[in-house]
Amino acid sequence: MALFQIAEPGESAAPHEHKLAIGIDLGTTNSLVATVRSGMAVCLHDAQGRPLLPSVVRYHVDGQVDVGYEARKTQAVDPKNTIISVKRFMGRGKQDIAHVESMPYDFIEAPGMVKLKTHAGIKSPVEVSAEILKSLKARAEHALAGELLGAVITVPAYFDDAQRQATKDAARLAGLNVLRLLNEPTAAAIAYGLDNAAEGVYAVYDLGGGTFDISILKLTKGVFEVMATGGDSALGGDDFDHRIFCWVIEQAKLQPLSPEDARRLMMRCREAKEFLTNNPEAPISLRLGSDEMVDIKLDVQTFAEITRTLVSKTLQPVKKALRDAGLRADDIKGVVMVGGATRMPQIQKAVGDFFRQEPLTNLDPDKVVALGAATQANLLAGNKTGKDDWLLLDVIPLSLGLETMGGLTEKVIPRNSTIPTARAQEFTTYKDGQTAMAIHVVQGEREMIADCRSLARFELRGIPAMVAGAARIRVTFQVDADGLLSVTAREQTTGVEASINVKPSYGLSDDEIAGMLKDSMAHAKDDAMARALREAQVEGERMIEATEAALAEDAHLLSTAEIDKINTTIAKLRNSIAGDNRRLINLAMDDLGFETQTFAHRRMDQSIKKVLSGRKVNDIATGEDA
Amino acid sequence: MGVTLSESAAKHVANFLQKRGKGIGLRLGVRTSGCSGMAYKLEFVDEVNEDDQVFEQNGVKVIIDAKSMPYLEGMELDFAREGLNEGFKFNNPNVKDQCGCGESFNV
Repeated sequence: MALFQIAEPGESAAPHEHKLAIGIDLGTTNSLVATVRSGMAVCLHDAQGRPLLPSVVRYHVDGQVDVGYEARKTQAVDPKNTIISVKRFMGRGKQDIAHVESMPYDFIEAPGMVKLKTHAGIKSPVEVSAEILKSLKARAEHALAGELLGAVITVPAYFDDAQRQATKDAARLAGLNVLRLLNEPTAAAIAYGLDNAAEGVYAVYDLGGGTFDISILKLTKGVFEVMATGGDSALGGDDFDHRIFCWVIEQAKLQPLSPEDARRLMMRCREAKEFLTNNPEAPISLRLGSDEMVDIKLDVQTFAEITRTLVSKTLQPVKKALRDAGLRADDIKGVVMVGGATRMPQIQKAVGDFFRQEPLTNLDPDKVVALGAATQANLLAGNKTGKDDWLLLDVIPLSLGLETMGGLTEKVIPRNSTIPTARAQEFTTYKDGQTAMAIHVVQGEREMIADCRSLARFELRGIPAMVAGAARIRVTFQVDADGLLSVTAREQTTGVEASINVKPSYGLSDDEIAGMLKDSMAHAKDDAMARALREAQVEGERMIEATEAALAEDAHLLSTAEIDKINTTIAKLRNSIAGDNRRLINLAMDDLGFETQTFAHRRMDQSIKKVLSGRKVNDIATGEDA
Repeated sequence: MGVTLSESAAKHVANFLQKRGKGIGLRLGVRTSGCSGMAYKLEFVDEVNEDDQVFEQNGVKVIIDAKSMPYLEGMELDFAREGLNEGFKFNNPNVKDQCGCGESFNV
C-alpha cells in the first residue's frame, strides 16, 4: 500500500507521477540529503536514523567502496586509501591546495585537477565526490520509494567555475539530474524563509567541522546577491576539540600520549564540547593505556576562555567581508547560523554581540543548508505553483572577463549579475593585418590576469587582414542557471565564429577535455611561432619598401653595379618573406642592411650638403641660437 | 460520519498545517485517473467549496467533496512508517482491487 504526502490545494500528483526532488548539502566534513514532505522540508536519515553522512570514502583493494561512518572509522588504519575532505580538491590543481605536504595521499598532478592514487586505482576528486552522492541518492530513493526527478546541490559561494563544474560532473557520475547548483549561504537563507522576508542585507555565519565561511547576502525582489564572502579554510569545530585536548593534557600533566590514547581523548573532548552546549559543566574521564586515569571537569567559562582566540579569529573575516561589502554591522538585517559548531554558546554570544542582534538559530545548524536546498528543489521540480510561483534567482559570485593587451582583465559580466545572463562586448585587433585573436577567459575581481583564475583559452581565426582597430569582434559571455559559462567570439564583417563551453579541464573521466587541453597547448606553441614569423615578414616588407623608395629618388648616387647588387639582395629578401623560415628572413634583412650602408651614407651627405649650400658659417652658428 | 483519522495521522496533519502557516484543514478525495480507475487526493485546504462536507476528527478539520464521499465511506486515514519512508495510508473498505503500488484503485 502506497504512502501519501499532503499536496498543495489542487496539486495532488497523478498516480505514478510524483515529482520527487531532493536537496543535497555536499559538505567538506559531512553531507546530508533532504526533501519536502507534505509541504515541510525534512532531512532523510539512514537506516540507523542518522541524518549526517560523513564525507569520507574508503577504497578497498578489490574495488569495493565504503562511504560515511564505515569509512571514517577506519581512517586511522588506512589513511592513504581513505579520502576525507575531498571537497577541498574539487576543481583544484595541486598548487591550489593548502598544506598539500601534510596530507597522507599520493597526489598525481593532472591537468586542471589533482588526482589521488589509491590501491583501487587513480581517482579524481569528481569520482570520490560521486561516491558520496551515490550513497545519498540511494538513501533518498529508498526513503522516497521512487525515482528521483532531480537534485539541488549546494556549493560554497566562493566556488569558481571549475569547482562548480566539478561538482556538477560528480552528480552526473552519480546518476543524479542536477536541477541547480545553489550557493550554501543562499540555501541557508531559504531554509529560514528569508526569501519571503523583507528586503535587506543578511549575514550567513557558517562554522563547520573544518572550515569557516562568512557570506553577506543582499535580498532584493526575491533575488539573493552575494555581496561579499570570506572565511578561513582551516578553522572549524575540530579546532575547538583540539583546544580542549591541549587543556586536558596541561591540567592533568599528562606525558605524551600514544596515538590510540590521543584518539580516544580527542573523542572525549569532542563529547565534552557538545555536552557544554546545554550543560554548565562537562566531565572528561578516560582510562589511559598505562592504566592512569584522567578525570577532569570542564565548565562553560573555562571552555569560553581557552577558545577565546578561536572565536575572535572567526570575527576577522566577518569584519573584512563587511568592509568588502561597504557595510557596517548595523546594516545587517539578520544573521543566519550554519554548521554544528555554531551551537557553542560562546560563538552565539560573540556573533550576537558583534551584530548587536540575536542570530537565527532555531533550525538545526547542521541541516539548514540541506533543508534550503530541498525547498529549492521542490520548487524547481514544479511541486509548488499558483501565486507562489517564483523562482529564486542566484547570482554569479565572481566577475567573468577576458585578458586584454598588457595582461589586464576586462570584465564582461560583473559579479552579482543574476543568472542566467548573457553579455556581449566588442573588441578589435591590435595590429595591422592581424588574422587571429586569442581569447583568454578568466574569473576574478583583480585587475591583473595573473591574480585571476584562468578558466579557458580559445582562438578566433580567419579574421580578414585589416589595419589595427578596424576589425570588430563581438565576444558574448553566457551563463546558464547553474552558473556555468560559454563564450562565443564573432568577427562581425565576415561572421567567422569560435566558441567554447567553459568546462575546465580535469582529466581522464572526460577524455574530450584532456584532448581539448592538449590541443590548446599545441596551438599555443604554433601561435607563438606564427606570430614571430609574421612579425619578421612585416619588418622585411617595410625594409624593401623603404629601400625602393630611396632608389627611385637617389639612384644617381650609385653606380650601375651597386644598384644591381642592391636589387639582387632585395629579390633575395622578397623570396625569403614568401617562405616561412623566420631565420632566413632575418639573414636577408641583415644583408640588405649591409649592402645599403654606403648608399645611406651618400644620401646623408647629400642632404647635409643641400641644407648647408648657399649659407655662411656665421648664419649657421646664429641659426643655432635662434 | 463516514471517515476516520487515526490519532497519529491527525497529529501529523496538525503539525504540517502549523509548519505551513496557513490552511484550514485536510482535503480527502478521489478522482478518476490512474491505472486502476481511481486515485486519491490528499491536499491542504485554504478554501471550502459549496459541495464540501467538513468533519472534525481528533482536532483536525477533514474536508471531503460530495462526489468523493461514497468512495471514502468507512475509510480510515493512518500515518505509517515503512522502512525509511513515511506517509499517510488510506485504509478503504470500498476498494475491490488496486494497482500494484496501491496508488490507484477500483471500487
